[in-house]
Amino acid sequence: MAPSNDFLRSKSSISLHVNGEPVEVSFASYKTLLEVLREDLQLTGTKHGCELGECGACAVLVDGRPVLSCLVLGLACQGRAVETVEGMASASGLHPLQKTFAELGAAQCGYCTPGFLLTAQALLDANPSPTFRQIQEALAGNICRCTGYIKIYEAVELAAARLRGEDASPRRETLYGTDFDDSGLLPVLDAGNGSRATSGSETAAVLRGQPDRKTENEKPDGREPR
Amino acid sequence: MLRLPRFRYFVPRTISEATAMKADSGSGSVFVAGGTDLYPNMKRRQQTPAAVISIGGLPELRAVDFSGDGVAIGAGAILSDLENDSRIREAYPGLAHAIAEISTPLLRNMGTIGGNLLLDTRCNYYDQNFEWRQAIDFCMKKDGQICWVAPGSPRCLAVQSADSVPVLIALKARVLLVSAADRREIPLEDLYRNDGIDYATRKPEELLTAVWIPRPDGWRAAYRKLRRRGSFDFPVLSVGAAVRREGPRVEEARIVLGGVASAPLRLTDAEERLKGRPLDEDSIRDAADAAARPSRPMDNTDFSFLWRKEMTKKYVASALRALTGAEGGRG
Repeated sequence: MAPSNDFLRSKSSISLHVNGEPVEVSFASYKTLLEVLREDLQLTGTKHGCELGECGACAVLVDGRPVLSCLVLGLACQGRAVETVEGMASASGLHPLQKTFAELGAAQCGYCTPGFLLTAQALLDANPSPTFRQIQEALAGNICRCTGYIKIYEAVELAAARLRGEDASPRRETLYGTDFDDSGLLPVLDAGNGSRATSGSETAAVLRGQPDRKTENEKPDGREPR
Repeated sequence: MLRLPRFRYFVPRTISEATAMKADSGSGSVFVAGGTDLYPNMKRRQQTPAAVISIGGLPELRAVDFSGDGVAIGAGAILSDLENDSRIREAYPGLAHAIAEISTPLLRNMGTIGGNLLLDTRCNYYDQNFEWRQAIDFCMKKDGQICWVAPGSPRCLAVQSADSVPVLIALKARVLLVSAADRREIPLEDLYRNDGIDYATRKPEELLTAVWIPRPDGWRAAYRKLRRRGSFDFPVLSVGAAVRREGPRVEEARIVLGGVASAPLRLTDAEERLKGRPLDEDSIRDAADAAARPSRPMDNTDFSFLWRKEMTKKYVASALRALTGAEGGRG
């Protein structure tokens, strides 16, 4: 029956697990988990965005579920297990999601990335083989204001494949888009007849130092060498 | 930083402890479960309770009990648990769909069904930070005297915006309200009052503990929601429709609008147009036409209010069309 905090200005103390480690922490009673993580535990990987539950930048896992730390009271975390982005990497290196985000350039300014990583991790923990649509839905509450969503979804797909033990690598169009030739440097121009032709693919081949691969590369697309 | 104001925090272990604390702490205290509605409002100083009583951890409020005559869902049941509950998806697919439309997966991992039923009403002049509201002078819902939507209005026009409510009313849901001294069960539609400030008939000392839905018995429900963003947004017009058919003919229909008034709005005229008729394009058009007249949204949410009114027809028709298939369509 007793109130958890007797005095409005007093500090409260709780014990919880953060990234697998038992932690005791004291903080002003009105603080949110986000504020406790950043200000009292110096775990600044968790970002504050809107602070009103709209953007997903502050997402962390509480008992394995992705929630918004800006709307969880610190006091409500007594005895809970909290995972933040700082806990994703292990002795064996980065988490597969962190690797694929880096490989695919799934971060632009990077501010939303910790929230995306943890939300995606919870998805893959629950569903090792999500469809593209399921990935989109699971990440619907995380906003990327650089609007780089496609790479993010593809990074989650790729990490899922690797976590399933598949020897997966990024698709060519994931790395270079569909509007560039195999070098990734030169744009593919519309030939005006509905088919696409590579402009300057010879130059591209020279840049690669492999002029003899030019025609070989163009065959699968049915493109005529120019 | 948007910080929470200072408040006293209580953590009861049982429902009776919770209602006793509420009775002791008086009108300056509020219950909180998921916190996804209350805490943002507190950060913007739209709500400034002296004390917060946390009921989110009460196991008594989490249960989902199917019995012969229906299902009792604890008010503290987490939205994402309900949305993924195979029994609810099977028996009440329209409700599962409506719950899945609430905010975002992250917020549904926190929010509860009881919290959604009692969601604060919303308005462009109210859902703003303290400085914004101060700059144009506070409205009557918090700290002021006037309604900025309609300055002549004697009452607040903030909008009922909870996704689960229209379908639950269409399915004849009832809610249980418990206080230290009393308990009562009322139809869900009687929980609401068309007043943006005093929008719930729940007494201050009462705790909403459960929502009960009768067995489907041939009822099928569907939900449709108008919003700007596909990913997440509050509804600015929503339709919960349920029909019960005997053979091809509609025996009974219930159609409820959200997002157009401070309370959910039953469309009894539209319901009447369906009675005794097959659910086809003719009857659906008649019902949709009858739905537009009572739909009188105000200019206080996203989108033009005239367009929202116009869209009422389309959304009612769409919800009813979802119920035309042999299986009742996607509810």
